[in-house]
Amino acid sequence: MQTIALVGNPNSGKTTLFNVLTGSNQHVGNWPGVTVEKKEGSFKHKGAVYNVVDLPGTYSLGAYSEDELVARDFIVKGNPDVVINVVDATNIERNLYLTTQLLEMGANVIVALNMMDEAELKKIKISTEALSEALGVPVISTIAAKKKGIGELIESTVDIISQKPRQIVFTYGNEIDNEILNLRDLLKEESLPYPAGWMALKLLESDKEMLLIVDGMKKVKDHLDTLRLNNVDYELDIVDKRYAYVNGISKRCVEKPDEEIVTATDKIDKVLTSRLFGLPIFGLIMFLVFQLTFVIGSDFLGGYVETAIGYFGVLVEGLLLTLGSPDWLVSFVIEGFIGGVGAVLVFVPLIMVLYFFLAILEDTGYMARAAYIMDGIMRAVGLHGKTFISMIVGFGCNVPGIMATRTLENKKDRMIAILINPFMSCGARLPIYLVFIAAFFPNNGGLVLFIIYALGIAMALLMGKIFSKTLFKGESSHFIMELPPYRLPSASGVLRDMWEKVWDFVRRAGTVIFAVVALLWVLSVLPMGVEPYSQESILGRIGTFIAPMFAPAGFGTWQASVSLFAGIAAKEAVVAVLGMVYAGVSEGSELVTAIQGSFTTLSAVSFLVMTLLYTPCAAVIATVKKETNSYKWAAFMAIYPFVLAWVLAVIVYQVGSLMGF
Amino acid sequence: MVLSGVKKNDKCRIKQVVGGGYARKRLYELGLNSGAELKMVKNDFGPIIISMSGHKLAIGRGLASHIEVEKE
Repeated sequence: MQTIALVGNPNSGKTTLFNVLTGSNQHVGNWPGVTVEKKEGSFKHKGAVYNVVDLPGTYSLGAYSEDELVARDFIVKGNPDVVINVVDATNIERNLYLTTQLLEMGANVIVALNMMDEAELKKIKISTEALSEALGVPVISTIAAKKKGIGELIESTVDIISQKPRQIVFTYGNEIDNEILNLRDLLKEESLPYPAGWMALKLLESDKEMLLIVDGMKKVKDHLDTLRLNNVDYELDIVDKRYAYVNGISKRCVEKPDEEIVTATDKIDKVLTSRLFGLPIFGLIMFLVFQLTFVIGSDFLGGYVETAIGYFGVLVEGLLLTLGSPDWLVSFVIEGFIGGVGAVLVFVPLIMVLYFFLAILEDTGYMARAAYIMDGIMRAVGLHGKTFISMIVGFGCNVPGIMATRTLENKKDRMIAILINPFMSCGARLPIYLVFIAAFFPNNGGLVLFIIYALGIAMALLMGKIFSKTLFKGESSHFIMELPPYRLPSASGVLRDMWEKVWDFVRRAGTVIFAVVALLWVLSVLPMGVEPYSQESILGRIGTFIAPMFAPAGFGTWQASVSLFAGIAAKEAVVAVLGMVYAGVSEGSELVTAIQGSFTTLSAVSFLVMTLLYTPCAAVIATVKKETNSYKWAAFMAIYPFVLAWVLAVIVYQVGSLMGF
Repeated sequence: MVLSGVKKNDKCRIKQVVGGGYARKRLYELGLNSGAELKMVKNDFGPIIISMSGHKLAIGRGLASHIEVEKE
């Protein structure tokens, strides 16, 4: 099968084009680097199937961020048959900069000149014939959002698959050209993972990855050292030469109006990024998003799901009993499976609504403004403005939240953003709060919830400040962020994105959480003959063993302990386990009554502090391991929030007791 | 003068980027290299916002003070 790679700047409409080409479930984003994973799809043309890979949106193919590395690695090592380079017609120079790098790599490039309608609005005229002539590759004008020019693009793409790419000889001026040749000859004596000429060019650009590769090659290294000693640095000259090349082309092929046209984006930005209104509007938007999420997702839709699961449980129980199933099977299916997984599915509507709103914020282009507005506050505590985007995503789930930190190019910024993300209270922790609010604060639910979330944010900022002063000293990286034009989000784009995330959650509920619940069930019925979920079961003994640790925090019962223990596997399990050990049910009024009986208001508050802040779930710890590539940081992620949460919970309980609560 | 000192709506041309560490190359790659023309859109608090042929870029104040420009 032939493989086609899609490459382009962030916000060039690349993902939209990918969706149009493949019709797959893909997401359209507006903040840089939203396509962090390699996404694949395929389309059929004249009976043949073509594989399409959507590479992360990048401005360049350097080695700064992981996105750039992923993209260029795929182009060099993945050997795609064709690279479709999506170029934003309204911003042709910067987009063609990436094109020059693709051509340098010798890729088989076709240019999709996208957003031609927006270019027209801005009175920008581009001659595709002249551009194609100048670049030496086919150029097809497209409007991906309106599905225009797609047929032509596919035809041309299929056409050039069989052709060899035209070798384009770039010149960076005599001096640099000669130096590239010198280095190339030295490199050719070694065994290389990349073409020698391209590596030589990248070495002169001080590319970190290349410098690592040649670390053991003595001749090459000596040569580079000599250059450095003589203060020869071509890094920026090469960028300038590429831009000179691009500007030359643009002069011949593009006509622009002398004065920039004032767009709707400019007018909207006057208000949304204004000094006076920017922050209050941002606060209001976030407040509305959460308020609507809880009202629509939890109060309104959540009830239906709960009722449905209840009926389903009764139905299955009846069926099992009619079939004469043994008691243990009935117990496992009803309490373990339906009870556990059901307790999680109740929150699907909530997550659905939250992701719906977050997708709208992304697709309109507002997220980039949010990062801009928050940069000042974030910087005051030693964090980067973009960190805030990963924090907002963390409200849904900390796993994508941590993955969203990939857009931070500086290691220090990224590590801090990862380590504080779990304090952003994820969707799975919400059920715990809701149950305790129903038990102790039925009249002030909204306020209590707000305080819990605010405490999470405050701890994240505080720990960020501490980390930036201790573990990760040094300057925070500079803030550079594109503010893309506002666009109306497409309904299909938003729904696709929402569905993808919800499906991911449901799949997790069906697999990981099911496995956790099943394991807990097994622990709860062993050794043979004990009352299920009693203190004599293995589960009960684990709880009894760790309970004394929580006594100073006011909830040193084996039941509370075992639910916290289960929460490390998956936060959703906390409520499920509380339900099992207290009431033999997973939700509803019986559980609330049981909790009222075994917690005081004060110990409930300290328990909430604990569940908000303690060790994140196994999936998060595994993600930290994956993203930092370090067991040490994964272990740190597991331990430090626990210590912090325990200390705070103890303080809350002890101080509260002294004050007579 | 430096970019962070340019007033709102004023146009300028980049002379060079001094220091700024690795961000310097990123700026160059985004088209803020010597000779690039741009317009200041917003310069009051936090990062500045500039426009290059109608495209907006927010740049941290610290970094903007490393960018030497000349008025048109």
